[in-house]
Amino acid sequence: MLEQPRTEGWTRSTWGRVAAMAAAIEVVGLVKRYGSRTALHGLTLGVEAGAITAILGPNGAGKTTLIETCEGFRRQDAGTVRVLGLDPHRQARQLKPRIGVMLQQGGMYPAARPRELLNLLASFYARPLPPELLIRRLGLEEATRTPVRRLSGGQQQRLALAAALIGRPELLFLDEPTTGLDPQARQGTWELIQELRRDGVTVVLTTHYMEEAERLADTVVIVDHGRLVAQGSPQQLVGGAPTSLEFQARPGLELTGLQGRLPDGVLVREASAGRYRVEGTATPEVMAAVAGWCAEQGVLAGEMRVTGRSLEDVFLELTGRGLSR
Amino acid sequence: MREENAAFAPRPGAAPALRRVTAQATMELRLQLRNGEQLLLTMAIPVLLLVFFTVAPVLDLGRDRVDFLLPGVIALAVMSTAFTGQAIATAFDRRHGVLKRLGATPLGRSGLILAKTLAILAVEVLQIAVLLAVAAILGWRPHGSGAAALAFVLLGTAAFSGLGLLMAGLLRAEATLGAANLVYLVLLVLGGVVFPVSLLPTSLRLGVSFLPITALTGGLRAAFQPAAMTSVRDLIQLAAWAAAGIAAASTTFRWE
Repeated sequence: MLEQPRTEGWTRSTWGRVAAMAAAIEVVGLVKRYGSRTALHGLTLGVEAGAITAILGPNGAGKTTLIETCEGFRRQDAGTVRVLGLDPHRQARQLKPRIGVMLQQGGMYPAARPRELLNLLASFYARPLPPELLIRRLGLEEATRTPVRRLSGGQQQRLALAAALIGRPELLFLDEPTTGLDPQARQGTWELIQELRRDGVTVVLTTHYMEEAERLADTVVIVDHGRLVAQGSPQQLVGGAPTSLEFQARPGLELTGLQGRLPDGVLVREASAGRYRVEGTATPEVMAAVAGWCAEQGVLAGEMRVTGRSLEDVFLELTGRGLSR
Repeated sequence: MREENAAFAPRPGAAPALRRVTAQATMELRLQLRNGEQLLLTMAIPVLLLVFFTVAPVLDLGRDRVDFLLPGVIALAVMSTAFTGQAIATAFDRRHGVLKRLGATPLGRSGLILAKTLAILAVEVLQIAVLLAVAAILGWRPHGSGAAALAFVLLGTAAFSGLGLLMAGLLRAEATLGAANLVYLVLLVLGGVVFPVSLLPTSLRLGVSFLPITALTGGLRAAFQPAAMTSVRDLIQLAAWAAAGIAAASTTFRWE
């Protein structure tokens, strides 16, 4: 499916246009403590309306606390939170009809059946989506009469997503929406989330899949130890970033001579035995310098390649840890 | 062109409160009627006790055993639904994140509690209808004050609901399951359900007289007498339990 240019405001719904005028979420100086543990240390964040924002972070970084404070489940110890211009606590009654919530897990009666559950939720909203539409879109046709407790993990995830969508929300919170899905179902969920954005829904999701953030998000927010460490589009976060040149040769080369030929700010080191990394900006000149030096030394460099940074590299640099569980 | 296809275009809004609450109450009712263990507790046990102790003269209950037993098993039915069933269901709803999730919808927390109460009242109507029918088959003839009996059923429901929610708020789901059943059994034996409190050892009697089940069985029995009376002491006692239980539950209740 072709991506629609997002600047074409007239293709979006009225709600989308209205929403696009303001920030969907404004969080300033958010502090949340659980007993003696501080989960969020004065976090400040803005979420653009009509966009997909992915909150990335290792386990325990504070992602769920952040999202659940915006949803109104937790009350902050300090700072202000405005969601669609409303206080999630004091104005909960006005806010609740306008948001859709998918919890990280649970939230459904184990003995209820999917259609029954969607009908129930539909009756809480003024203009709900037809449950049948969601059942079809989320591939739950086979499961409509199976009690929730007997659904597979993936079916439960998709049902929870359907439940979050049924009230036609302006703002959708998805806490790890594709965890436990098989690749095909994950792909389907991504397409659905992209369609939501096209239709004017603001989406905030947490994830620990780097690919999910890279593929879906207009804005990636990296959270670690309860602090915001970076925010930007995936391109901004990885772009303009130094790339590096890698090659393999016999271990233990004396690199002083090569270093002398490289421009300032470009460093060469032996990353592991026999694997060399030239870090800085890999220009054609750098590559020529490396190749020339290797020729002079009688070194046959193997697997010489330029590597760009991925979101994963950025994440690793910023947090000092990987994202995988 | 996309406008027409924009299936997910936001159109938020809450349904009227009445529709939200009745939909939730209907769901609660369906789930209760689908739960076998719950039905055993709320339907089968009161009916079986009524039939067994009416037909088998194992206890000296006076001339008209069914007259003595009917108010007792109605009290038991109220306790089983408002206290035991509600405590267990609510504790597991919390464990499964249902209370949390529904709290994020326009239904809200007060709507959820209201819906649960309506579902409980609907189950009680069913229970009492069945018990009255069975009692009629066993020779019971309507007498007494329906209004007084209704007042006791409603107050008893309030008292046991408060206590059930208090327990569900304090204990984990499994602990609630065990404790609620234990309390049910103890109160069934002690509270004048199938035999009068006067048959208990003197040492127990004073303590038992303050229990909510004792006030409910006593009050219903007085109301069901041919010359119906409203037992003011029982009424006050139940009201006090209701006030205390609801107050305690509202401060200790946890939604997740």
